[in-house]
Parts: sequence; C-alpha cells; structure tokens
Amino acid sequence: MREAAAKLLRSVCGGLVLASGALHAQTEPIAVIGLGQALEAAQIERHAITIFPDGRNLPSGQGSAGQGARLYQAQCAACHGPRGIEGPAARLAGSDGFIGWSDPLRPLRVRKYPLQVLSVGALWPYATTLFDYVRRAMPHHAPKSLTDDEVYAITAHLLHLNGLVGADAVMDRTSLPKVVMPGLARTVSAWPPGP
Amino acid sequence: MLSSGGRGRLARRDFLGGLVLGAGGLVAQAAEPLAARMPDSMKTLGGADLPYGQPSHHEQRVQRQVSSAAGFAVWRTPLQNQRGIITPSGLHFAVHHNGLPEMAPEQHVLMVHGMVRKPLRFDLERLLRYPMVSRVHFLECAGNSAANALSPTALDQTLGEIAGEVSCSEWTGVPLSYLLHEAGLQEGAQWVVAEGADGGSHSRSLPLQALLKDAMVALYQNGERLRPSQGYPMRLFMPGWEGNVNVKWLHRLEVTDAPAYTKDESGLYTQVLADGRIERFAFHMDVKSVITHPSGQQTMPEPRGFFEIAGLAWSGHGRIARVDVSVDGGRSWLPAQLHGPALDRAFTRFTLPWKWSGHKTVLMSRATDEHGRTQPLRSEWKRRYAMHSFNHYNAVQAWRVQADGRVENVYA
Repeated sequence: MREAAAKLLRSVCGGLVLASGALHAQTEPIAVIGLGQALEAAQIERHAITIFPDGRNLPSGQGSAGQGARLYQAQCAACHGPRGIEGPAARLAGSDGFIGWSDPLRPLRVRKYPLQVLSVGALWPYATTLFDYVRRAMPHHAPKSLTDDEVYAITAHLLHLNGLVGADAVMDRTSLPKVVMPGLARTVSAWPPGP
Repeated sequence: MLSSGGRGRLARRDFLGGLVLGAGGLVAQAAEPLAARMPDSMKTLGGADLPYGQPSHHEQRVQRQVSSAAGFAVWRTPLQNQRGIITPSGLHFAVHHNGLPEMAPEQHVLMVHGMVRKPLRFDLERLLRYPMVSRVHFLECAGNSAANALSPTALDQTLGEIAGEVSCSEWTGVPLSYLLHEAGLQEGAQWVVAEGADGGSHSRSLPLQALLKDAMVALYQNGERLRPSQGYPMRLFMPGWEGNVNVKWLHRLEVTDAPAYTKDESGLYTQVLADGRIERFAFHMDVKSVITHPSGQQTMPEPRGFFEIAGLAWSGHGRIARVDVSVDGGRSWLPAQLHGPALDRAFTRFTLPWKWSGHKTVLMSRATDEHGRTQPLRSEWKRRYAMHSFNHYNAVQAWRVQADGRVENVYA
C-alpha cells in the first residue's frame, strides 16, 4: 500500500516536472498570437468607405449644384436652415467666429447654439470630407440613405453656398478633389508635438 | 456595569458576578424589550439584495446631467459628488453625436486592413482570448469646460455642468500592437483611421507609432464589460488623448500613409488660434484640476470654521506632481496633499484643510505634472486662442465663496 502510494507520488511529481517544463517553454514572449482570421476582399470593399483628401476611394457617379439645391431643401434644411447658416445643426456656410456681416442674427444664433461659431465652409481643409461625411452620416435621422449621385449633388450645393464653385458646377471623383477650401491655408498641425 | 470598575483586567470572579447581577437587572426591566430603544433598522428583518447592486435610493440625485445645447447629447459626470479617483461606470461622461447604437456582440467584428500584409478580422470571442492589460486612466472630452472658454461672463452652474466631461476608470483590453503586428505593417504605413459601428460611422485618423506604443482595444471598464454608453462591445482607448479619438463601437481600423481629415478633424475638434490659424491633431489633454468640494452651487455647511477642500487633478502627459490651492483669490498658494497612488494619466485626489473665516473669498487650484506643465489662468489661455475657440480648455477653475456660504463659478 505504502509502496503503491510512493509510486503514485513519483509519477505525479514526474508529471509535474514535465508539466512545468512545458509551461516554461510556452511562456516565452509570443510575437504573434495568431487568432485573427483572414478578412476577405469583398468584406473590405463593403466597409471601406473612407475618402481621402487626394480623392482616393471616391466612387463613380456625379451630381450638380442645382440638383443638390433641391435635395438640400428636402433632406438638410430642417436642421441646418435654408441657407446653411441658421442652425440649429452645424453651420455649413460662411465665416467662423461670433460675428458675420452676411448674417446679422449671428450673435443671437451663437447665444442659443454655441457651436454656430464653427463653419464647415470656413474651417474644413478638404472638399472630399464633405462627400465622406454626408455619405456616412447624413441625414442625421437616416444615415447612409442617400445615393452616391445625391451625395455628389449635395456636396456641390454646399460648395456653391460657400462661393467655392459656380451654380452650374458638377462634382464627381475627378472634380471634387480639385476644389480648394479656405481652411487649408489656415491649417497648422499639432502632430507631431514639438519638444 | 462591567466597565465601571475602572480596572484594566477583570478577575474571573468579578466577571461572573457581574453577569449574574446583569441578568438580575434584565429581569427587573422585563416589561421593555430591546427593540423599544433601538432604531427601526435594528429591529426589523432586512430586505432582499439585488442581482446587480444599485446605489442607495437616497443617492438618486447623483446622476449624469444631459445637455443638448451643442446639437447632440452630452452626459456629464457629477464630479461634485465624486470622492476617489474611479468614476462609477454608470456616471462616466458620454458624448453621443449619433445616438446610442444597439449592438449585437455575436455579430460584431473588428476589421484591420489597408497597408497591412494580411487583412484580418477579429470577432469578439477570439479577441477575448488575447493577452490583456489593465490601466487606470482618465478620459476627457476636448470640449470639456467649453462654457468657461466661450461665455464672456462666468455661468452659475455646478462643477458637473461646467467640467463634467471627464471621468476616470480602470480599462482592460488588448494592446492594439498585437493586432497590428499580426496583420503585418507595410512600409510607409503612418496613420490608422479608426471607425465605429454607430449611425454616423464616427471616424478619426491617429498616428500609427503612438498607437503601437499606447493604444488598447478596451473590452472591460472597472472590471465589467464596457457599458453601451462607452462603446460596448469594444472601443479604442488612447490614454491622455481627447475623448473623441477613443472611438466607441470600434469595428474598423484602416492603416494608411496619411490622415483622412475626417469631419471631426476638419472642424469640431480643431482649435482656431489667436492669429486665425486652425490647429489640428492636438491629441493630448493638458494638465488640469478642479476643486470638487466646495464647488458651484454648493453651500458651506456652517457660517465659518473647518472645511476640507478636496478635488481632482489629471494630465494627459503623465503623473500629477503637485497641486497648489489658493484660498485668497490667487494672492498666495498652499501645496495640497496628494492622495496616492498618483497614477500616469489618471485622476489624482488632493485635499487641503481650511478654516473659513466666514468672509467672501475665492478658491482656486493649480495642478503641475511630472514634466513641469502647469495650468494657465483663464486670461493666459484666452490669449493663445481666438475668441470663439473652446477646445482643450485647461485654465485654473475658481470658485467664489459668498459671505452667506453660497459657492459659484467665477473667472480668475
């Protein structure tokens, strides 16, 4: 009986030694865990909606400022105002800041909705972002419900509201990245941080 | 009776005798059971507990306050009720630009693609098997204290209403470097565009090297899975960086050579400088502190006398090294006691015992971090930015204590 117990103990201890040796081998730093699964190209294509300032990833299609003006009144004006400056949602046209000579009611608007001090037309550095954001997030109550042609048209209208393109402008993947926004010349990057 | 003898140690005989005497006394008072002289809670069988505990119903007024003045919902932490460095998860601030999405965790996938050798997908079950790290860090919205930056006169509000877009939690998750290295970074990769699975597909561009060093895909907050309000089932977490880049409901990471200039890095999360230039990609939240007790709209408990001033300090650049407090409107400053541990990019609690004379005065706190960065006065902060700038406001917060004991927000 005692011998059997000693034998059992030896085998258990031997097992322990083996196990701890194996454990040691497994706790070496692991460079790659390797549980990620291959992401198929179709999945990437379905989800990669980000548009870059050089126009990379802009889809085909087109829309005119005139078409955009009509779409804007139906889809956007209720929140952004008929001219894109009234709010309450983000100010789309004109200058940033408290005072705007083209909008005598600006101080009152800012008082009620403080973020009306910002302006898409004045601050945004690249026109491609208009397309990117309207397509992914607007209209607020039904995001991603517009077609690419409709997004191009609304983008053209917003650029026209800011005097950056003519009333007959047509936006597509070639013309949109060429529009120069006033926010670009004012841009300074805080990254990378200074010493 | 036993203690009335005045001796340090009772002899056994005295002890037994005392018991006998005691029993006799009880018999004499038999008409009145103990319950007659005890409070209700001590003579009633208690109620049942809850499967998921809740704060006392007496604390129901301690809630986040929602405001929609910005055009979207901002839920602010009631910092005036917080003592300690961890914000209860249910009181963590939240800014929702596109509402709170209903997520299906079993269908949620994190995609990594772009300038990588092997585009990868991680479902939640697999991500939960990765090695995790835990870190205590604050999280602050770039627009915290915007009213103090923008409003020409100081608004009479509570601390939570003024500066409650900051909270502190223990975050646990998978270092992002594991996932990016597994996908294999291509030559020329510099930025990562992170995107959420919410209605607006919120997205921000972040510099790759900083992410490799510090970022995690956070899965747990204060020991439990993320709250929906914080991005359940997963969010990006970058310690010390403005809240907006900590993308909630994280579902896609696109590795690129350049930033995308997404909507929020184009306008709302930029700062116009005093000379009109627009500053972008200012990720770090600077050193800041607030006195929580006493603070806006509180009233001193007595007309004069002892009061422990208490508050919270934090810095997006590192540890808090010191906090100085002024009880005379900034004429003199006293070092407050820091209550450890003073963790890296986390709330640090400070206190200062104070004897209030009962006269009108102004209280202020000024934090300094381990790199010597310290808080500006409001006038100094305003000189750096355009009149209409409001992000990254970290000026000294001042509270006026009126002679009648009422405390209110004031500009120093």
